[in-house]
Amino acid sequence: MNRELENDLIIYKAESSIRKPARLISELLKNLFQSKDLAWRIFVRDISAQYRQSLLGIFWAFFPPIVTSLIFILLQSRNIISISETSIPYPVYVLIGTTLWQIFTDSLNAPLRATIAAKPFLVKIYFPHEALILSAFYLVVFNTLIRATIIIVVFVYFGIQPTWAILMAPFAILVLILIGMCLGLFLTPIGMLYSDISTSLPIFTQLLFFATPVVYNIPDRFPFSILNVINPVSPILTGIRDLMTVGYINNLNNFLIVAFVFLIASFIALIIYRVSLPIIIEKIGS
Amino acid sequence: MSNPVIKVNHVSKKFCRSLKRSLWYGVLDLGAELVGNNQNHDALRKDEFWAVKDVSFQVHAGETVGLIGHNGAGKTSLLRMLGGLIKPDKGEIEIRGRVQALIALGAGFNPVLTGRENIIINASLLGFSKEQIKKRFDEIVDFSGIGEFLDMPVQSYSSGMTVRLGFSVAAFLEPDILLVDEVLSVGDLAFRTKCQVRIQELRNNGVAIILVSHNLHTISHICNRSITLEKGQIIYDGDTETAIDVYRDSLLKTYKNFDNVIRGGTGEIKIQKVEILNPQNEKLDEIRVGEGIKIRLYYRAFKRVENPIFNVVIHILNGYQVTGIRSDVDRISTGYLEGDGYIDIAIPCFNLLPNAYTLDAVIFHSDGYTFYDRVNHASHLIVRGGNEINGIAYLPHEWETVK
Repeated sequence: MNRELENDLIIYKAESSIRKPARLISELLKNLFQSKDLAWRIFVRDISAQYRQSLLGIFWAFFPPIVTSLIFILLQSRNIISISETSIPYPVYVLIGTTLWQIFTDSLNAPLRATIAAKPFLVKIYFPHEALILSAFYLVVFNTLIRATIIIVVFVYFGIQPTWAILMAPFAILVLILIGMCLGLFLTPIGMLYSDISTSLPIFTQLLFFATPVVYNIPDRFPFSILNVINPVSPILTGIRDLMTVGYINNLNNFLIVAFVFLIASFIALIIYRVSLPIIIEKIGS
Repeated sequence: MSNPVIKVNHVSKKFCRSLKRSLWYGVLDLGAELVGNNQNHDALRKDEFWAVKDVSFQVHAGETVGLIGHNGAGKTSLLRMLGGLIKPDKGEIEIRGRVQALIALGAGFNPVLTGRENIIINASLLGFSKEQIKKRFDEIVDFSGIGEFLDMPVQSYSSGMTVRLGFSVAAFLEPDILLVDEVLSVGDLAFRTKCQVRIQELRNNGVAIILVSHNLHTISHICNRSITLEKGQIIYDGDTETAIDVYRDSLLKTYKNFDNVIRGGTGEIKIQKVEILNPQNEKLDEIRVGEGIKIRLYYRAFKRVENPIFNVVIHILNGYQVTGIRSDVDRISTGYLEGDGYIDIAIPCFNLLPNAYTLDAVIFHSDGYTFYDRVNHASHLIVRGGNEINGIAYLPHEWETVK
């Protein structure tokens, strides 16, 4: 017993744990691994509670992307808005686009939402906080699987011949989720302190929607072309849509660069999350 | 002696009174923490105060330590630091072993889900592994005594049942160090006893326990050592009896500086002061169990009042009412009163057990519920006595053994 305790020494002190990055990272990875059971429990709890209290259940997962798509299909078909030619039938373009966009916004909101929902017990008992992010990830994946049926229906209805490349699409979608959750994770520490973040997030998401090739191609000419360069969601979203319909990614380099950058960034975001939670818990009280 | 499992070395923690500022300091602290430059912990910023100040102590395996102190003395902050929820601003805490906290009972409960589902989620949050949950599940259900309600949503439970369920999960933790905050006072007597038995078991297994409770009885039952905190500092660390005495003295000090904020009434007759005297009419504020006292209540009637009713209520300091004495219940008629005077209530044996008591005084109209005047904490009395008896009162008694 005593020997076991010797190995189990924990020290809490004022010094920032950022000063010992190696230990910080090893603890982060250890916690991520340890929290997988807990994350799963939280996920199952959230899903069961959500669907037990809902009459229409998963209908609400389909509803938003379909409504958005229908609006744009209608506007386009009546020539109310003019949209440059797309390489695939416009309804297919829009339906895939909005579904992917929904997956992205889900991922973006997930970390903050999960952390706020956990506030009552977060401030009272210690548990590996990484579990919250992991459970948020499970939830996003779950919703993504449901929404993937929209894409399948679209393929069948419009008689689109899938290529082998579509097998790569799930990985590409994971990259999309990674970007969303990474950005969301960066916002979470401040978002826990100030409600301004959760209030403004939908507004900025709406702006980003129009700056991303979801329902139309961003024009290639300056100044609009800048949007494609500075908006990290663009190459990924376009890439996934290409992968599904055309069979290859037009701008593979951009896709890979963004994926790599966000892989690193997610790791940094997780470290920030880990380091900042004790301070947040202290400030938002018991 | 073995190595201590908890070592607290000169730990301080500051807090901020204003929410707005606190949040902003949060942002600043976040920034400082992330660049690794959080060295300016020494200075207090505007609106900040030391919630815990330069606290040091050690706890060994198998020890049960009570933390005593009034609200805001820093007990909970200290406990949260020990639990690893928040970091100290100064000093260092060393913990050897698995810490678990009995602080938030039923953490993570979702009212829509059934008791069964909630046991599982709560247990996972408290750090049970999948196997442990499987192994312990039946015992947990058994301990909670909710039986047939297990598959009903928790929102249909009574509040007592919810708390019991929460405690039952926590009761099966297997920590090396257990932190307990104000949770032992829930549920009915039978359940409370069960909890105390469980704590006893843990202690016998060598678990170090730190207990925070306002209920001094609980503390004196369970802990042989206690630490008294006042304004974030340790003012006593040692045997529980003395710690409780020190705590009461510190409480009385704050009450002496406490003005009568809750004074009211129609005011035709007013209470001037309340004194406690011994049978020789000497003023005192400390007696031994069973001694005789006289409560003297000075009044001033600004006009002639008819048959007012005098009432003295005795409380445990900062706690519940022990007894009340009313002239109308005792069928005493006080007649017409005008000008200054006093009334005496003689108590031949003050049989309340060692504690600090406060007295409230009220003068009612003859109807018995409108009041002329009322004074809270009009006086106080400390009862001392060596007997280690728990409860409220000493009953005079005689023994006889029949063979």
